[in-house]
Amino acid sequence: MRIVRKLPLLAIASVAWVGLAFLGGRLTGVFGPMGAFGAEDAVTLQGTGATFPAPLYEKWFAEYNKEHPNVQINYQALGSGAGIKQFQQHLVDFGASDAAMTDEEMGSVKDGVVLLPMTAGAIVLAYNLPDVSAPLKLSRDAYVGIFLGKITSWNDPAIAKTNPGVNLADTKITVVTRSDGSGTTFVFTSHLSAISDAWKNGPGAGKSVNFPTGVAGKGNPGVSALIKQTPGAIGYVEYGYAVQAHMSMALLENKSGKFIKADLTSGKDALSSVQLPENLRAWVTDPTGEDSYPIVTYTWMLLYKKYQNPKTADALKSVVKYGLTQGQSFSSDLGYIPLPANVVDDDMKALDQIS
Amino acid sequence: MTPERVEAIVQNAHSGEPASDEMASAGWGGISRPPSSWEVLSDRLFRRATLAAAWFTILLVGWIVVSIGRQAMPSIRSYGLDFLGGVVWDANRARFGILPAMVGTLYSSLLGLAIGTLFGLAIAIFLSERFLSSGLDSLLRLFGELEESWLVTLPDKIENVLKMTIELLAAIPSVVYGLWGIFVVIPFVRTPANWLHSHLGWIPFFSTGLSGPGLMPAALVLAIMVLPTITAISRDSLAAVPPKLREAAFGMGATRWEAILAIFVPTAATGIFGAIILGFGRALGETMALAMLAGNANVISWSLFSPANTLAALLANHFPEADQIEVGALMYAALVLLGITLIVNIFGTLILQRADAGLRGLR
Repeated sequence: MRIVRKLPLLAIASVAWVGLAFLGGRLTGVFGPMGAFGAEDAVTLQGTGATFPAPLYEKWFAEYNKEHPNVQINYQALGSGAGIKQFQQHLVDFGASDAAMTDEEMGSVKDGVVLLPMTAGAIVLAYNLPDVSAPLKLSRDAYVGIFLGKITSWNDPAIAKTNPGVNLADTKITVVTRSDGSGTTFVFTSHLSAISDAWKNGPGAGKSVNFPTGVAGKGNPGVSALIKQTPGAIGYVEYGYAVQAHMSMALLENKSGKFIKADLTSGKDALSSVQLPENLRAWVTDPTGEDSYPIVTYTWMLLYKKYQNPKTADALKSVVKYGLTQGQSFSSDLGYIPLPANVVDDDMKALDQIS
Repeated sequence: MTPERVEAIVQNAHSGEPASDEMASAGWGGISRPPSSWEVLSDRLFRRATLAAAWFTILLVGWIVVSIGRQAMPSIRSYGLDFLGGVVWDANRARFGILPAMVGTLYSSLLGLAIGTLFGLAIAIFLSERFLSSGLDSLLRLFGELEESWLVTLPDKIENVLKMTIELLAAIPSVVYGLWGIFVVIPFVRTPANWLHSHLGWIPFFSTGLSGPGLMPAALVLAIMVLPTITAISRDSLAAVPPKLREAAFGMGATRWEAILAIFVPTAATGIFGAIILGFGRALGETMALAMLAGNANVISWSLFSPANTLAALLANHFPEADQIEVGALMYAALVLLGITLIVNIFGTLILQRADAGLRGLR
């Protein structure tokens, strides 16, 4: 009886609570994150973007936070597209993208955009052939053919030709691709488009393309799990990820016809073959160096030119500087290619545009 | 109220003095008193609040449909019905078609549901018809030890544990199911699947081999995911078969299997069917496990081992990175998924009503 009498009160209270929570959510959106209420000079930076550099960024942010406890940085690895979208809508303080931003996308941000290449990585072709121990060498014709679905068996002459003495059985090739849109796919398909007209006029380049063959997994972990679980599988994965997952990686033929193993040296060689333009946006679709690994990419942080809150701008600049200097030393352990010195200099100059 | 106080009130009443104040303060007076204005008000408020909550739910559904529909509008206008028949999803060239995803959704759901129903119903019968205790009874009788009390309650306990374990399956996150599928189910299914393909490849269902992800592993995991729903509801409806029916069936000399298959299951059919519809809904909407296991390939094939795609997986995979045009197409796909779910539910309700009407005499 008593409880029944109180029910209406409860109902009103809960409606009011929901209303307040809703209002609270709205207010948070207007006045910035609640965390900012704590200490007086505390700064919280919000970022969203690419999953590829996320392990490195998170390492930087954690280390930076140890030295500067008043700066808290939250990075959500939702993907390059989400990073660009949320950056355009001013939902975050910075974004991150493997595909940088297009001119059109940059034009829609009225506060101006600064693109900063922060680190670089290579994309490898990982495969699962339990009986093959020597690293496989894949010619340009071979790996384009495999991903176009024209080469369907591991003992195809196009593969056998470059791998004399390797016992390639008549195993069916299962191509593994990314099911979600991703910067990794963008970089990989850009490279394929650069080296093959059939690819360019077929699936083309993009964050998600219509792959003619194969199965698809979500994210680098999804792709690697599928490769590891499927004998005869081949797929494209981030270099750092493939190293950590102990996957077999193919040596790829570069522009000069040499078969190059993916590692930090060959990656850095590829990066240095490209001169960055003034907006620091360049894709290394087919590096020309003799010892260059063919599929490498920079990955960018997206910053506004103008910030409303000077504290945010200062903190952000300081974090980025940390990443460009001390931060680069974490790169090789995590499988990223450290930036060439001239790129770091360019970044530092570009940082001065931010206020 | 203490006994002394009651006595005092009673004495007061006997002595003819007015006791109403005392009685009212003790809580007795409320019985004959008209409801206070606060009570009337709160009653009315409560009723309004519940009504508002009910309407809120309905409006919420409507709002979801309208907002998805509005975002899908440009895509509906430009692609129209070709969208439903198209087989290519190419965001680069803005060509979108969801036929493979629709087929894959229905195929994997139906397959998973068929397997799940088979096992779920069997478990429900096992749990509701006391097979364990009757088995133990005959075992004990063999040894002449019917009186051991802890043994008599043992089957109930085991049944409870079984029931809870199956219900626990519903609590496992679908990502975990997906991972388990990749690392356990796929390698487990691969060998028999490839054997079937190489020996019986002329049957359309086995026309491709299984390399990694595909329909079959997806359907098997789906079956496990819908199992708790189907088992729990079927068990409850089997347990709710009126006792007089049970007794009558056995009284007429039906064997246990005759009774179960000809009387109990048909009587509980409404509930069992409801369970299957609920399970179907779950299977249609399942996203994560299927995105990990079905292969996400836009392929239409009869083969159980071919990779496939589903609508929910398509949405989950493409949404985070989609641009304006693709978002519209994805919203269109979401609308189609909503439509399929709605049609399934309407059909389910209709069949349920028909089955219910046919069995009304039994209750």
